[in-house]
Amino acid sequence: MYPITTAHYIALSAALLLIGTVGVLTRRNIVIILMSIELILNAVNINLVAFSQALHNLNGQVFAIFVITDAVAEAAVGLGILIALFRNKETVLADEVDLLKW
Amino acid sequence: MLTPELSQAIFFYLFAIMVLVGAILTITRRNAVHSALFLIVSLMGVAGLYLLQQAEFLFAVQIVLYIGGIMVLFLFVIMLVNLDQAAKEKQFNGQWAIALACVVLVGAQIFWFLSKGDAAFKIAQPGLLPAASALGNTEQLADVLFKDYLLPFEIASILLLVAVVGSVVMAKKRI
Repeated sequence: MYPITTAHYIALSAALLLIGTVGVLTRRNIVIILMSIELILNAVNINLVAFSQALHNLNGQVFAIFVITDAVAEAAVGLGILIALFRNKETVLADEVDLLKW
Repeated sequence: MLTPELSQAIFFYLFAIMVLVGAILTITRRNAVHSALFLIVSLMGVAGLYLLQQAEFLFAVQIVLYIGGIMVLFLFVIMLVNLDQAAKEKQFNGQWAIALACVVLVGAQIFWFLSKGDAAFKIAQPGLLPAASALGNTEQLADVLFKDYLLPFEIASILLLVAVVGSVVMAKKRI
């Protein structure tokens, strides 16, 4: 159980990744799908910081900064798309947006 | 009695429970506002884990940017779009059983790999312990970011510019 090793952090990160994946795959509400993507990106960051700490190398933390930048860009564009979608279709449920399906 | 290792373990499990419980409640709540609030709990747990690993700069970024920035954006959009109708409907889509089976499979793979212990992912030799330098985490990070990763840093700034323009174009009624 303790002392805490890198394996603990990676197990936690894997669990968070899986919870986020379940959220993306099963929820219908697009807002919550976007939140699940944030959870997945946070799991990646935990991994990067844990390895950065284990290898005494700051490159992992720099990569975590880039991942956070991407998460911000993705949230901004995703929520912009969501507002445009809600204006045109009056729905926020992912499986009701089926214009390209037949 | 309370050795550094023991207190580190206590804080790790505290933050881990915070992260996982927050994440599970995020993806199961019916009301999107509750989901956003539990996501804040989860993100704060992640911030605590950064602090536990002496990544102070990322801790500050996590609080300021995620909890302060992205979550306000989420709550703003939740208020903007009418979610009352969506909250009354079915929350999970038809493929949830298949999705759950796939995730359990992947999870079993990951944890089988992890069960081989710490030695299974010793993929690189740890670098030398930095000689207890006077520089803090933020200064060291700035050195790496602006020396080795200057071009990716500039590309990231262009990415943010594109995202700003793109989200304005998406959300605007009429260009």
